[in-house]
Amino acid sequence: MSEVSLVVNGRRVSGVVEDRTLLVHFLREHLGLTGTHVGCDTSQCGACVVHVDGKAVKSCTMLAAQASGSTVVTIEGLADGADLHPVQAAFRENHALQCGFCTPGMIMASVDIINRHPDGLDEATVREELEGNICRCTGYHNIVKAVLAASKAMNKSKAKGKSASRAKQAA
Amino acid sequence: MGIEGIGARVARKEDKRFITGAGRYVDDMVVPGMKHAAFVRSPYAHAQIRKIDVKAAQAMPGVIAVLTGKELKADGIGNLICGWMIHSKDGSPMKMGAWSPLAVDKVRYVGDAVAIVVADTKGQARDAAEAVEVTYKELKAVADVTEAVRKGAPQIHPEAEGNLIFDWEIGNAKETEAAFKKAAHVVKMDVINNRLVPNAMEPRAALGHYDKAEDHYTCWTTSQNPHVARLVMSAFYNVAPENKLRVIAPDVGGGFGSKIYIYPEELVCLWASKKSGVPVKWVADRSESFLCDAHGRDHVTHAEMAFDENHKILGFKVETMANLGAYMSLFSSATPTYLYATLLSGQYDIPAIHGNVKAIYTNTAPVDAYRGAGRPEAAFLVERMMEVSARQFGISPAELRRKNFITSFPHQTPVIMNYDAGDFAASLDAAMKEADYAGFAKRKAEAAKRGKLRGIGMSCYIEACGIAPSAAVGSLGAGVGLWESAEVRVNAVGTIEVLTGSHSHGQGHETTFAQLVAERLSVPLDSISIVHGDTDKVQMGMGTYGSRSGAVGMSAISKALDKVEAKAKKIAAHLMEADEGDIVIENGALKVAGTDKSVPWFQVALAAYTAHNLPGGMEPGLKETAFYDPSNFTFPAGCYICEVEIDPDTGVTEIVQFVAADDFGNIINPMIVEGQVHGGIAQGIGQALLEGAHYDPDSGQLLTASYMDYTMPRAADLPSFKVSTSNTPSPSNPLGMKGCGEAGAIGSPPAVINAITDAIGTEDLTMPATPQKVWAAIRSATKH
Repeated sequence: MSEVSLVVNGRRVSGVVEDRTLLVHFLREHLGLTGTHVGCDTSQCGACVVHVDGKAVKSCTMLAAQASGSTVVTIEGLADGADLHPVQAAFRENHALQCGFCTPGMIMASVDIINRHPDGLDEATVREELEGNICRCTGYHNIVKAVLAASKAMNKSKAKGKSASRAKQAA
Repeated sequence: MGIEGIGARVARKEDKRFITGAGRYVDDMVVPGMKHAAFVRSPYAHAQIRKIDVKAAQAMPGVIAVLTGKELKADGIGNLICGWMIHSKDGSPMKMGAWSPLAVDKVRYVGDAVAIVVADTKGQARDAAEAVEVTYKELKAVADVTEAVRKGAPQIHPEAEGNLIFDWEIGNAKETEAAFKKAAHVVKMDVINNRLVPNAMEPRAALGHYDKAEDHYTCWTTSQNPHVARLVMSAFYNVAPENKLRVIAPDVGGGFGSKIYIYPEELVCLWASKKSGVPVKWVADRSESFLCDAHGRDHVTHAEMAFDENHKILGFKVETMANLGAYMSLFSSATPTYLYATLLSGQYDIPAIHGNVKAIYTNTAPVDAYRGAGRPEAAFLVERMMEVSARQFGISPAELRRKNFITSFPHQTPVIMNYDAGDFAASLDAAMKEADYAGFAKRKAEAAKRGKLRGIGMSCYIEACGIAPSAAVGSLGAGVGLWESAEVRVNAVGTIEVLTGSHSHGQGHETTFAQLVAERLSVPLDSISIVHGDTDKVQMGMGTYGSRSGAVGMSAISKALDKVEAKAKKIAAHLMEADEGDIVIENGALKVAGTDKSVPWFQVALAAYTAHNLPGGMEPGLKETAFYDPSNFTFPAGCYICEVEIDPDTGVTEIVQFVAADDFGNIINPMIVEGQVHGGIAQGIGQALLEGAHYDPDSGQLLTASYMDYTMPRAADLPSFKVSTSNTPSPSNPLGMKGCGEAGAIGSPPAVINAITDAIGTEDLTMPATPQKVWAAIRSATKH
C-alpha cells in the first residue's frame, strides 16, 4: 500500500491506496471526482487528461503514488467559481461536444495546448496537437473551432491584463 | 421562429454538466455496498468447455462470488434472442442458435463470457477471474463468411447447418433477369464492406442491484433504449417481471447502435446481484469493448447493373453474404435485410431489382446495426456502381446520376420502400457548386505539378429513417412496434417536464425537444426539462436508433402538445369568457386574437391545478400523453463530394475537401444537425480510410483489439467539412422531419473511395484504403 498526499483542485487530500492504483482511479474512486473518464486501457484516448503541476497528463498512465506531492487540477476544478474557463465556454458556444464523454479530457488537453502556444494557434497545429485525444461524436470539426476561439479569447484577455497592469504601473 | 424555437441555433442545455465534469455515466454511479465484477472470457474462438474449476478463484482475497452458466441455467435465466424473424426464400424460418449469457458447453468467439467474478474491488475481481480454471478442447474456427459456408467448415451451431442462418431474397428475380436480357451494357462489381467496431467512447457498463426486501431489481446500464432492455430482460430472459425491474440509462457516452442490444453482461450483473446479495457493477475495459460489443457491416457482395444504350438503368442484381458473427444479436437479422436491401434502388428509377442475402455464422463477435445499419452498405454498393459505370461509359458521374434520378414523388421502388419526398438534383447541384466541381481539372493539373495525384468522387445517397410504422415492420418480422411515446407535464406554475421514450446519448434532445415545446407553447427554454432514460419515470418507449428521435420521438411530443394546447385554450377561453377558437398562444400568454385580452401561461397552468374555475366537466390538471406511430419511413438523401490528394510514393491520402449537401426535411436546431453530419462523416471517412476489424482467419483471434491496432480517426486525419442542407419537408410526420443522425456515415465512404479510385486510375481497392493498399493499387495499375 502507498500513502499519497496531493493538492487536488486547491484542496489538500491524502489517502492510502494499493500500489497499483492509477491516478485516475484515485481521483474517481477515492475522491469522487468522476468528471475524469476512462475510455481505453492503452493510454490512447485521452478521456482521462488532467493537469499535474500545470501540465496535461493522462491520469491513466500515472500511478497515484507518482502524483503524491503534486498539484492536480481536474475538469471539476477548471472553472473559476461560477465563471466557466474560456475553453469550457468555447466548447459550449461552438457545439464541440455531443455525448460529453471525451469532453473533460479534451478540454483539459486544449487548455494545455493553448498555454503552450502563447502566440496563437492555427487549424493544422490544433489538429496535430489533439493527437492524444479521441472523440467519436463530433468529427473534431467543432472541437478545432472551439480551441481556436478559446485561444483567441485567452490571448485577448491576457493582452488586456498586460495593458491593464502597464497602465497601473504607469499610474 | 423565436430565438429559442424551431430553427434556432440554441447552445445546448445539457452542455453545462458535461463541460464541468458533472455528467453522470453508469461508471459514476455508486450504490451503498456495491461490489465489482469481472468476466472470465474465452481465449479461444471455438472450443468445448470440458470443466470450470472455480475453487482457487473463490479463495482469492476479496472474492464474494464466482458464478457460471450452469447456475444461471438452473435459475431459469433464458437465452439471448434476436428480435426480428426473417424467413428464407424457401419459406423456412431463420436458424437461430442458442446464446447462453454465460457459455455452458461451448464457446464460439474470443471473448465469449464463461463466468462472472464478484469481489470487493475491480482489481481483486480481475485477479480472481484470472484464477478461474477453464479446461477447453479447442475446435477449428472460422472467421470469414466465404470460408464459413464452404463444405467441411467448422459447424458453429447445431441449429444452423453449414452455418447458414437464412437465405433471403427481395424484389423480383424473373423481372430482373428479363431486364438483363434487354441490356446494352452490364457492369459487374465485387464489393467488400469492411467490418467495423463502433467504439463509443464510453465503454459499456452495468450496475445491477437486487433489493431483497422489495424483491425488486434496478439496472443502470449504458443503453440507447432502456425500456426495450427492460422488456427483453423481463419477457425473454426471465430476470424479473417488468414491474419488479427498473432500468436506468443515465448519461450515455455515445452509442452508434452498439448500445441498442441487450448483452449478456447487464443481465448477468442483475442475476449475480441477487445470487451474491450485493449490488454488482461491471465496466468494460476497451479490450472487452473491442471483443464483445456488436460489430458493424462485414458484407461480401457481388452486384451487376444492366443499362440500356442511353445509360438508363434497367435492372440491378445483388448477392450478399452477411457475417452475423457467433450469435444473433437483437436486431442482427434486420440489418442486412430490411435495412439494407430495401435501399438498393438508391436515388434512381430502377424498374427491376433482385437482392439475395445469405446470413452466416462465424467465430467472431456478434454483428448488428452500427451507425447507418445496412444503409451504408447499400449506399456504398449503389454509389460505387454508379461511379464505376460512368467511368466505363466515359460519361460524367453527375450526368449518369441525373439521367437516372427519381424526379417525381411518391415513388414506389421494387424493394418495398415508397419514397415520399425529395429533390435529388437540388442536393447534387448544391454540392457541385460548393465543391467548385467545374474547377477540379485545374486543381488536378496544379497538384500533378507538385507530384500529387488528385481525385474527386461523389456519392448521392438515400437512406430510410423515422423507424418505423409498427404494422409494416410487424409484417416484415419485427418482434416489437416502433412507435414512440411522450408525456408533456405542465406544472402548476407553468414550468414543463417532457417525458420521452427517446434516449439522448449525444444527440442533444434536452435542447431540441425543449425548442419544440418553446415554439409551441411560447414559454422560455429554461422552464422546460426533458426527462428520459428511466423506466420508472417515463412511460413505455422504444428508444433512439435509426435516426428516429426527431421524426418519431418529437412527433409524439408534438401530438401530446396538441392535447395540452387544446386544453389550455379551453381554460383560457373560459377565464376570458371568449371563444376557444379565438385563442392564440404568443409571448408567454394565451390571448384572444384581435383584442388586448390575455392570460399569462402560468395563470392558465395554475387555474388547471387549483381547479377553482374550470369549464364545466373538465378534469383538473394539465398533463397529456401521446403515442405516435409513423405512417411511413422518412428518406433523408443528399450528395457528398470528396476531393483527395495522394502521394504516389507513400500511398498517403489527404482529404483536401469534403462537401455535404443534405436534405433532412425540417430542422429544429441547425447547429446540432451540422454536428451530427460532422460526426457521421468522420465515421464514414474512418471506414473508408482507417478502420477495419481483422480476425486471424485460422485462430479467430481479433488482431485489432485496441486503439494501438484499430485506427480511430483522429483530428489530424480529417479536414473541416463544408456542410449545408436544402430541404424538402417529409409529408410522413407532423413536423416534416427526416432525421440526420446517420447520413454522414452512409454517404461518405463511397465518396471517399470514388475520389481515391479517380485519382489512382484503378477500381481495385478495398476499404480501409490504407496507404499500403493505395500504394500497392497504384503500383499494380501502372504495371498493366
